Amino acid sequence: MRYILRAALAISAVTLSGCGQGVLDPKGPVAEAQRLILFNSLGIMLAIVIPTILATLAVAFWFRASNRRATYMPDFEYSGRIELLVWAIPAMTVVLVGGVAWVGAHDLDPRKPLASAVKPVNVQVVSLDWKWLFIYPEQGIASVNRLTIPTGTPIRFDLTSSGVMNSFFVPQLGSQIYTMAGMATRLHLQADYPGTYPGLSANFSGDGFADMDFPAEAVPPEQFEQWVSATRGAGGPTLDAAAYADLVKPSQGVAPFTYPSVAPGLFDEIVSAGTPMHEASRDTHPATMEMAK
Amino acid sequence: MNLLGNLGWDALPWSQPLPLISGIAVFAIVIAIVAWIFVKGHFPYLWREWITSVDHKRIGIMYIMLALIMLLRGFTDAIMMRLQQAMAAGGAQGYLPPDHFSQIFSAHGTIMIFFMAMPLLIGLMNFVLPLQLGIRDVAFPTLNSVSFWLTASGVLLINLSLLIGDFSKAGWVAYPPLSELQFSPGVGVDYYLWALQISGVGTLMTGINFVTTILKLRAPGMGYMRMPVFCWTALATNLLIVAAFPVLTATFAMLLLDRYLGFHFFTVDAGGNAMMYVNLFWVWGHPEVYILVLPAFGIFSEVIATFSGKPLFGYRSMVAATMAICILSFLVWLHHFFTMGASANVNGFFGVMTMIIAVPTGVKVFNWLFTMYGGRVRYNTPILWSIGFMITFVIGGMTGVLMAVPPADFQLHNSLFLVAHFHNVIIGGVVFGAMAGLNYWFPKAFGFTLHEGWGRASFWCWLIGFYTAFMPLYALGLMGMTRRMQHYDDVTWQPWLIVAALGAFIILAGVVCQIIQLVVSVRAREQNRDLTGDPWNGRTLEWSTASPPPPWNFAVLPQVEDKDAFWVWKEQQRTGQHAPVAPRDYEAIEMPKNSPAGFIIAFFAVMAGFAMIWHIWWMAGIGVLGIFATMLAYAFRHEEETEIPAGELARFDREHPVRHESEAEAAA
Repeated sequence: MRYILRAALAISAVTLSGCGQGVLDPKGPVAEAQRLILFNSLGIMLAIVIPTILATLAVAFWFRASNRRATYMPDFEYSGRIELLVWAIPAMTVVLVGGVAWVGAHDLDPRKPLASAVKPVNVQVVSLDWKWLFIYPEQGIASVNRLTIPTGTPIRFDLTSSGVMNSFFVPQLGSQIYTMAGMATRLHLQADYPGTYPGLSANFSGDGFADMDFPAEAVPPEQFEQWVSATRGAGGPTLDAAAYADLVKPSQGVAPFTYPSVAPGLFDEIVSAGTPMHEASRDTHPATMEMAK
Repeated sequence: MNLLGNLGWDALPWSQPLPLISGIAVFAIVIAIVAWIFVKGHFPYLWREWITSVDHKRIGIMYIMLALIMLLRGFTDAIMMRLQQAMAAGGAQGYLPPDHFSQIFSAHGTIMIFFMAMPLLIGLMNFVLPLQLGIRDVAFPTLNSVSFWLTASGVLLINLSLLIGDFSKAGWVAYPPLSELQFSPGVGVDYYLWALQISGVGTLMTGINFVTTILKLRAPGMGYMRMPVFCWTALATNLLIVAAFPVLTATFAMLLLDRYLGFHFFTVDAGGNAMMYVNLFWVWGHPEVYILVLPAFGIFSEVIATFSGKPLFGYRSMVAATMAICILSFLVWLHHFFTMGASANVNGFFGVMTMIIAVPTGVKVFNWLFTMYGGRVRYNTPILWSIGFMITFVIGGMTGVLMAVPPADFQLHNSLFLVAHFHNVIIGGVVFGAMAGLNYWFPKAFGFTLHEGWGRASFWCWLIGFYTAFMPLYALGLMGMTRRMQHYDDVTWQPWLIVAALGAFIILAGVVCQIIQLVVSVRAREQNRDLTGDPWNGRTLEWSTASPPPPWNFAVLPQVEDKDAFWVWKEQQRTGQHAPVAPRDYEAIEMPKNSPAGFIIAFFAVMAGFAMIWHIWWMAGIGVLGIFATMLAYAFRHEEETEIPAGELARFDREHPVRHESEAEAAA
């Protein structure tokens, strides 16, 4: 038994140390709170699950048919006290974990702004086949397949999709959320430490899905400002309806690049492109044009 | 105007040697088997005794055979996926291009859920229910045959996609917009939709059939609170089928309207909303989880009680827990997509509801534990599967409740942690349950027991293989690896995936052991013959008749005086409280006649489905007309039943004395 315990400890140690980049290595307040919730819920449940597993093994072993020391009780089929116990134990566990779930769902609601004195930065995210477009409306720039954000600053993401559904996810920063055509979702995240964190799509979206990963670069605010002005200064086309129509065409493994300027209101145009209120723009929307072919 | 619609020579996968060769090989084997059957003259026997049979036992066995063949198919897909992910790290692309990889994971999920797990459990229910209820057949025997053959139609259609055209690349859930014509223009999604629509009709009719059977046809004296727990779980499952499958059919019908007639239910434009599909799919999908696992719970209840030599602990508690799960399973569907962006109240509600379902499930685990407590546990293969289940399922349940916490799900959704979780409950719950059931009821079906040694070997391979294959996936999920990746950049994931692939091969060894077990047992059937009808010292009525049971199950319907009817009866015989068995008063009985209706309807259903997939409209018309004509012909049949004379019943009972009769004679 002791060896099994030791082996279990060793395995879990290896498991935890191996999880260098995921949920267990948070780099922001959201992911940190989620890791805590994960551990709390797991702890509450293990308190009941481990004894249950051990009891199962013990009972099954002790009451083996060949063990004549075990008492045979062929008519033991009901006990009100035990019934009360077997309903009460899972019910009480669920009350505890249910509390964690209810409070957690409200505290970490993706739509809820993060408590911070720093003014949030807005990033508009569009998932395309098969790449990510990040628009910085306040800065008037855009970036493809690379997300750059200032550390210590709440980031307000507004997200949508050009067509197929994806899920925007930077595990070390916290919550993922779906990107859906015709709808905008909202998510608040923050990076506390500078670094490059893997980002990905967590919802299968077709042939180029495996390449829909992107680096999320968290840099100190000053460096972020420098990056913004460098991007504005760099050449290249403006991201307007025409450039977007070009960008939206399916492609895979696109190397990151930036747009020095973005046509205002582009994100809202993309969101409303699929709704009937927007009949006029349907003829020019690339997804519609593709279908007409 | 092409008479063959979209079908042409380019439907064969000429450019992809792997699917082409494997597809041709599979079809060559199938054609060879069919040819062998005809040449050897086995066809009349098969037609008379199996294909047209309306006997619930035969239909049950055919369901199970179909499911086990599909287990091999789905498992092949699993091995291919594990190999691909073990190889494709860093810059490597593995051996499967994305186009092929996505077909494989879509087929794996679809086949394992709809054509392995479902037919396996429906087959077991088919075989066992009437025997446990002490009756001669289900309520609608011919409908039962139609249900089976429609399921087989779905299987045929989905496997045709191996060679002719391709399969869906949109995952087993086929979320739009990806599954819409705009993004999946090929026949793959159509194969998926029509195969599931056709087999779904069969499943729905099974549900209606079994609910009616359990509610209306029970042995005299068997009140609801005297039904075996397996019958209760079957009742709950079939109520869920009746309530949930129409939702799936309607959802798929809407997607079909989008794809065929340009509707906009779920499209990205013209006001379509894909999230309606996602909601509707899981309104069916979550009850489906319980449709699968409840009968497995029933099997464990029977097995643990029998092999502990004790009644099930807390029978009323078990019934209450089963029915609670049945109702609650409709109130949790949103936990499959907390990440949709619903409000905190909505997410919180569904999170808490999901956990509440864990309460009756936990109660069941404790009740099984207390069933073993004070028992004399005999370690035959079925109880090994049951104890393996109790340990494994508790872990799977825990990770499930973990993901029911919305903020935790925001991190774990769609990750390999999720993949590990649902395999943990489906393999650890449903598959282990089915394996326990197969080993438990096999001697009843065929009159000889399965080889114990190979059965145990297979259990240990499955158990160890399961943990080796899926524990690494939990870790990978925490490390941020999402599901359905054809390749990935992070090379630190690779060792874990190699271990997982190794685990899949250990499970493969378990499957091989099961095949050997079957072969060895069939060859040694004379030594292992069970002449008592009651090899395990069982408690319920199926053990009171001969193995294999006669077509009429019971020559004289049993009188039920308590739950565990057969056990009580045996105890009374043993202690002499019961009057010695009087000579039986045989009366002629009527049994339903065999009918080819199911097979013919399924033939036309395949034709219609295939024609719709390839847009061959005239052929679809013939298929639908053929189905209607067959129904009409069946409705106008002259003879419905055949009479079995009393003499034949008496002769069978003389030639097959079962345990309680011979004991009664010995006592007298």
